[in-house]
Order: sequence, then structure tokens, then C-alpha cells
Amino acid sequence: MEFFDIFVSILGSAVRLSVPLLFTALAGLFSERAGVFDIGLEGKMLAAAFASACAAYVTDSAWMGLLAGIGVSIVFSLVHGFASITNRGNQIVSGVALNFIALGLTVVLGQAWFGQGGRTPQVSGEGRFTPIILPGADAMREVPIIGPLYVNVISGNNILTYIAFLMVPIAWWVLFRTRFGLRLRAVGENPGAVDTAGISVAWMRYRAVIVAGFLCGFAGTYLSVAQSAAFIHNMSAGKGYIALAALIFAKWKPVPVMLACLLFGFLDAFANFMQGKSVPLIGEVPVQIFQAMPYILTCVLLAGFIGVARAPRAGGVPYVKER
Amino acid sequence: MTTASVPLPNWISYGLIPLLNLMLAFFFSGLVVWAIGENPLKALNFLIQGSLGRGDAIGFTLFYTTSFIFTGLSVAVAFHAGLFNIGSEGQAYVGGLGAALAALALDHYVPWYVTMPFAIAGAAIFGAAWALIPAWLQAKRGSHVVITTIMFNFIGAALMVYLLVNVFIVPGKMAPETRTFLPGGQLPKLDWLMGLFGLDQGPAPFNVSFLIALVMCYLVWLLIWRTKLGYEMRTLGISPSAAIYAGVPYVRTVIIAMLISGGLAGMMALNAVNGAAARLQVEFVAGAGFVGIAVSLMGRSHPVGIILAAFLFGILYQGGADLSFEMPSITRDMIVVIQGLVILFAGALEYMLRPTVVRIYQQFVKA
Repeated sequence: MEFFDIFVSILGSAVRLSVPLLFTALAGLFSERAGVFDIGLEGKMLAAAFASACAAYVTDSAWMGLLAGIGVSIVFSLVHGFASITNRGNQIVSGVALNFIALGLTVVLGQAWFGQGGRTPQVSGEGRFTPIILPGADAMREVPIIGPLYVNVISGNNILTYIAFLMVPIAWWVLFRTRFGLRLRAVGENPGAVDTAGISVAWMRYRAVIVAGFLCGFAGTYLSVAQSAAFIHNMSAGKGYIALAALIFAKWKPVPVMLACLLFGFLDAFANFMQGKSVPLIGEVPVQIFQAMPYILTCVLLAGFIGVARAPRAGGVPYVKER
Repeated sequence: MTTASVPLPNWISYGLIPLLNLMLAFFFSGLVVWAIGENPLKALNFLIQGSLGRGDAIGFTLFYTTSFIFTGLSVAVAFHAGLFNIGSEGQAYVGGLGAALAALALDHYVPWYVTMPFAIAGAAIFGAAWALIPAWLQAKRGSHVVITTIMFNFIGAALMVYLLVNVFIVPGKMAPETRTFLPGGQLPKLDWLMGLFGLDQGPAPFNVSFLIALVMCYLVWLLIWRTKLGYEMRTLGISPSAAIYAGVPYVRTVIIAMLISGGLAGMMALNAVNGAAARLQVEFVAGAGFVGIAVSLMGRSHPVGIILAAFLFGILYQGGADLSFEMPSITRDMIVVIQGLVILFAGALEYMLRPTVVRIYQQFVKA
């Protein structure tokens, strides 16, 4: 039974670690399906984390924090859109630029406003999203197998976690069952055809990047006012890139995106658990292997060993009407 | 009528527009400084004083410049072939392994000038090797080099931390780094060069790799504009379909371009590992690979432009350190903001001002 308890606790932390990945990967899904590559997911997440930590501290309301995070993240999205849709600039360059601006600006402003070396002050109480105990959790505790799973994995998460997993069917429905989603995907595959049908390619892509900004806002907020209680320098720590890897690993499809994020979250949780423990016959497994695993898996996938990952056809190409 | 197809003289395309973009980037940087309640002009003064005002400041500025020349060239070579190598950071990191291995193997037995060619080769080969798999994936499997090089940055970082913590660490020490190289494994400082200008660089780590960087600038210019391979790379960069139709071997050209790019990135380690620290440390690249992107964009992927842009970023890095000392409310991270704004305006928004400039230009030409 001890083994099962450990498994449940790793699973619980895997779910919690995969939430920011899930929001961010879904953000990338909308943007890239519309033909706008987004390397700037990392920066948007970081900027949102900073904004929501500041707003949550000042207003003492986690919801105001979320609002601020979403707002700032959308502003970053609009800059990305302005550069890569309106001015037909290189989408990758624009994303790289926004990542740097977010990385630097959060610390510069944080230091100027709070003087704590780029950290924001701790938020507490109403300023944070705290775990929600689902009804019946106490009663379920004694039930074998399902009980611990319900108490530690399903229950006891904060509201953003539930929103994240709720976003998966919503994203699927929007992308594959609505007119907006059809047009969004069309604009990423064949913008010329969409233009011929009398729909503005630019406005369609702008809406896609705004949705991406909206979702990154949740991811950043989760980092700074749900998972921890303050913003710290570079707290996204490459999660935006892992989300990007998850998106490719999932071949740009919503449900596989969730599974890929859970897998990468599980790897992260497992690495934390394995730290300093030794495995029979092998000895101590270096943590770095687990840290590198999401990237290695994605490269193996890209090499074509686990099926082919085909990107949206018009991805990364600015649309020029005259051509 | 659109303005995209109107030809402009070279001095406008390659001189005026980049300059205007750069000024916009600095204008917005100034706005940030002003927004946090400091005087931008005073900050600029500290920045210049701190980077060019004294001998040791110039030494540090040129030290950073050297690193940025290598990574800027790395990004530029790939860019000419139409490849966006975001992995210079990781390639430089792994290149450090090659440079350090050469130094560790030879420093007991021979003087530095015997070790140097081995260190150069080691750094270049290890850096190139780290670009090989992304290059192969791009050429053969069509997976985007941007994505794979990002992945390889992280894999490289994990690998290097593992090696430093578990293999190279000096027994009994806490810091994950190799032993300090003897003078036979180091690259000497360029005190004599500074002396020619009557300057004393003091503790600044300005070293021989600066000269290696300048040689590489010349070799890259030679490669890109004076060889068949360079011509093929540029053709591929401008139009892959035309290049393939004209008989340019796609797979070979992509892989060679990426190997050269990775090799140049790896050589950045000569400056930081053999030149400055005299040991291999965790995170020694410290973002120089990413600065290379900004440097290459600003320098329009031309070696002369890259030297100028690298010097500008050298000033920012060294001056920024001094600035944060003089104005504690401005942290060193301000440089990262400026870097991001430069990449945004000189790179992603490079066409933003063009229509306006074309309109003004046409008015002048008509008149």
C-alpha cells in the first residue's frame, strides 16, 4: 500500500505541475492553428505572472490578479500581432524579442516598485487561489484505491486547475465545432482561400493571438498567485518552451495536448521524487535526465520515430494579399 | 500602390532604416527608465562612463564584444542560409566542453600557443556537433530548426550540469566547475594591445580570443561572399525552391551551414572559458547566444555590422553593470529589456518604417 500512496502523491503533483503547461500549450494551439508561430509563450506567461502578483498584492483579490495577468498577456499578444500580422515581420524574431522584454521588464519594474530585488511582496488570504476541498472528500478518504485518488488528485486543487482541464473540451469544441474554429484553422492552412471567401485574414489571426494571450494570462496567474504566493525572477523557467514541445508532441490537437502536458508534468513530479534516491541495479539516476526528457521526446517525435508531426501549412508565413 | 516593391538606395536600406529602428528601441528604453522615475539622459551618461570611461571598463566592454562577435557570426551564417539558429546558446555551452578538454589535457605540458589551436578546434567541433542533430532533422525530416535548437539548448544545459556536477567537479569542492587551468591552458590577456593606446585594462579579461574573433569575421565574409558554398547558402536563404531547381544540394548545404554556425557559437567559449575564467563553469554562456540574435539582426548579418553591433552590446553589458551600481533602482535586467526592444524594432518590426521612408524619399526624388 505504501507504493500506491507514493504513486498517488506523485500523480497529484503531476496534475498541479501540468496546469501552467496546459494553459500555455492551449494558447499556442490557437495561435499556431491560425498560422502564427508563438515562441513568445514563455514571455507572456512571465509577464502575466508578474502583473497578477502585483495586482493581487495591491487589491488583495486573486480575481483582480487574474484580470491583470490576462490584460498584460493580451497586450503582449497584440504587440506580437502588430509585428507579425500587420507588419509582416518574422514571427520567431518577434517572439524572441517579447520573451526578452518580459524577462527584463518584470525585474526592472519589480525592483522599482517594491525594491525586493525583483520579487513582489507575498500575497495571502483573498489574494491567492487556494485549494478547494470537493464535497465528500472526507467521507471518501477511507475507500480503498478510489479514496486516495479522489482526495489527493481530484479534490484539493485550486479553481484554476479545474478551469485548465475544462478548457480542453472547450478548446476542442471551439476549434472543431464552431464557424470561428473552422475559419481559424483555415487561416492557418490556406489563408488565400479564406481571403477569397471574403473573410479578413488579419482580423482572424488577431483574434487567434488574443485568445492565446487570454490563456497565457491564466498560466502566469497560476504560477504567481496559486502555486506560489509571489512573483520571482524568471519564475516561468522555460515552461513556455516545454508547453511548445507539448504542443508539437500532441501534433496540434487539443486532447493529445492535455495528455502531453500531463506526461511532461508527471516527468517533472517524478524527477522531484527521485532526487537523491537510488534505483536497484542502476544506482542514483541523475535528475538532469528527467529535466531533459520532454525535449528529448519531442526531438524523437520530430525525427519521425513516433508518427509524423505536421505543422499547420501556413504557419510562420505572413499573409500578403497581392501574391 | 504598395510601397514594398519600391527600390531604395543602399544607404537608406542598410544605413538609415536600421538606425531609425535602433533609435526607436532606445527611445522606448528611455521611456522605461523615465517611467521608473530616473533621468534617461543621466542614465545614458553613467552607461557610457561605465563602459568607455576607464581602461578596465574598456577592457570589460571589449571582452563582452568578443563573445557577441562569435555568437553574432553564428546566427548570421545560419541566417544567410535561411535558417534561424536559436541554439547558439546551447552550442556555445557544449563548445565550452571541447575548449576545456583541450586545456585540461595539455596545460601541464605545453605553452598556451600550442594549446590554442587544439582549444579552437575542440570548441568548434563540440559546438558544431551540438548543431548536427537539429541540422539533420531540418534537412532530412523537415522539422523546424527553430524548435529543435530550442530543445537542444535545454538538453545541452542538462547535459553540462550533469557533467560538471558528476564528472568534472574537483573532489572536495562544492562549486560545480573544473579545476583551474594552468597558464598553458589559458589565453593570455591583450595588455600590450591596450598599452598601444595608453590604456591599462587592470583586472579586465580582454584576451587573445578577440583577435580570433576578428579573423573569424574575415573568414565568414570570405565564405559568404567569395566562395561557391557561400553563394549556394545565400541562394538557399533567399529562395529554397529556386536554389534546389538550380541544383544546390539542399541537405548538404543546410547541414554544413548549421555546422559552421554551431562551430562559431562554440568558439565563444574560448573567450569565456580559456580567456576569462580559466575553468569551465555552470552557465558560463550567460545569455551571449541570445544576444547573438540581436547582434546579427542589427548588423544585418554582415561581419562589419556584427562587429559594430557586438561593440554596442558590449557597451550595454558593461555599462549596464556600472549603471545599476550608480542608480540602484535600475537593475542589470534593464539590459535585457533593451536587448528585447532592439530585437523587436530591428528585427520583427524592420519593415514598419519602410512605407513612410519610401513616401518621403519619393517626394524628394520628385522635387
